[in-house]
Amino acid sequence: MRDRVVIGSPLHLLVLCCSFALAAYAGVRLLAGDWLGVALWVVGAAVLHDLVLLPLYAAADRAVVRGLDGIRRREWAMYVRVPAALSGLLLLVWFPLISSMVEARYRSATGLPPEVFLTRWLLITAALFGGSALLLAMRLLLLRRAAKRRPPAVH
Amino acid sequence: MGRAPVRGGFAAYRRLMRDDPRDPRLPTSPGFWRSPLRGPWFTSVLGLVLLAGVTVLFLTGLVSYAAYNPDLSPVNDKTPGKGILGFYLFAWPTDPPWLYRLNQGIHVTLGVTLIPVLLAKLWSVVPRLFALPPARSLAHALERISLLLLVGGGLFEFVTGVLNVQLDYVFPGSFYPLHFYGAWVFFAAFVAHVLLKAPTALRNLRQRGEEKNDLVSPRPAEPTVSRRGALWFVGSGSLLLFATTVGQNFGGPLRRTALLAPHGGGEPGTGPNGFQINKTAAYAGIGTAETADDAWRLVVTGRTGTVRLSRARLAGLPLHSSALPIACVEGWSTPDQWWRGVRLRDLAALVGYEDDPPDVFVESLQRHGAFRKAALRANQVADPRSLLALYVNGEELSPDHGYPARIIVPAAPGVLNTKWVARMTFGDL
Repeated sequence: MRDRVVIGSPLHLLVLCCSFALAAYAGVRLLAGDWLGVALWVVGAAVLHDLVLLPLYAAADRAVVRGLDGIRRREWAMYVRVPAALSGLLLLVWFPLISSMVEARYRSATGLPPEVFLTRWLLITAALFGGSALLLAMRLLLLRRAAKRRPPAVH
Repeated sequence: MGRAPVRGGFAAYRRLMRDDPRDPRLPTSPGFWRSPLRGPWFTSVLGLVLLAGVTVLFLTGLVSYAAYNPDLSPVNDKTPGKGILGFYLFAWPTDPPWLYRLNQGIHVTLGVTLIPVLLAKLWSVVPRLFALPPARSLAHALERISLLLLVGGGLFEFVTGVLNVQLDYVFPGSFYPLHFYGAWVFFAAFVAHVLLKAPTALRNLRQRGEEKNDLVSPRPAEPTVSRRGALWFVGSGSLLLFATTVGQNFGGPLRRTALLAPHGGGEPGTGPNGFQINKTAAYAGIGTAETADDAWRLVVTGRTGTVRLSRARLAGLPLHSSALPIACVEGWSTPDQWWRGVRLRDLAALVGYEDDPPDVFVESLQRHGAFRKAALRANQVADPRSLLALYVNGEELSPDHGYPARIIVPAAPGVLNTKWVARMTFGDL
């Protein structure tokens, strides 16, 4: 019984060994060129995500929630979180275009203007935050009206 | 959604706990992770979305790879060492003519759309990265190594794909082998993960009631959003990315909706040649000196020798029309353009292949670039819609679209539709 606990499920082992065999077959080819560079990219992607990106956005989120807690408005969190996360997501995915990192190559290869991406991203961001603020304002207005309609005796 | 701070406590107690992995200030402690969202239901829903999505990504990727006909000629093959990974290759068909456009549109648009789901899935299971003990058994230790391939390999595929469509070639090598072999490494780990986890995920979704597993925080913070709300939040990220990307596969007003996609927004010009360009003449280093009427000759070689054709001679041959799209590996495409030119099979007949059009090896004036030489298979040459086009939408080709002459083949990936063609060699490759 003790051996089974240490080794684990034989079926799991079998599945994993098959998986490693295929991964190794492709991995040898993946690493055939700049093996160090590729290995750094694969491991680096996981490390950067798990130990940098995730803690960063979790900390930013916690700061927002704490800030709202400070003014007793915790229920506003989604109104900040949604536009910020969506805007950040677009920036993360389209960073090379938005940041003009590939400006010269993009213009020369496609014949399209590269400077539009920053403008568009800023406008989308403005629309997201603006829309969220509008929704929050409407919600507050409705709440206030509901409160007014209630007879004072309820309090 | 994040982790709430750890408050107060006696200094002595803290000192005592400093090296204890159960100290909730350490990520190794389950108490460190305070989001009330984490739990089997949330992770299982995201996991099953990824199971479907990644499977489609992998399959469309394999199809895209086959579309290049890599087994036809070394010039089409950026992965000559593929070995058994090319086991399924087949002669790429010319029907339906939008096959590559659809396949690649799905591959890239779906890939971009799944990014929020991937990020949310990784967020939902991050406590397990720090869980102690690091391995409970040999199988568990191997599974964690496999997870590095799953997460690292998966992120590598998404990152190389997203960078490549933005022409940001910073990755360590050529895109084709990196994305292709990387996909197989990722897929190997993905299949193992599905086999080990999908039964649990399905069971989690069927089970209603209290959530119970290691992902559920033992000291959850006060919620700011429900699990269902969080799922909508992830979905809205996907929807936003989809809505600002998908339009680059269409023309007119729909393309304008693709606000952040590399080939979204507008067209590079107006008029008959005003549709999307993969690489301009200037980028490819094509000057007017070599494309001028007195300088340029098309050299066609075959069974009966070599003929040299000026553009005027070509335009004097029987001309045919076909309405075909340009579809790029980068996941953008144009609607059908109306091409006019000489059929490839008529050019084959000119050099001795009257009834049996063979493969053709096409060379561009381009002196550098990955696909300045390309091979087309006999079935592509034989298709009556395959042209050496001289005109598009009723006008001469513009320099950016391949003047003096370009290849256009139904359902072929964009880069195999060679522009600025200089030489065509017919014969079995």
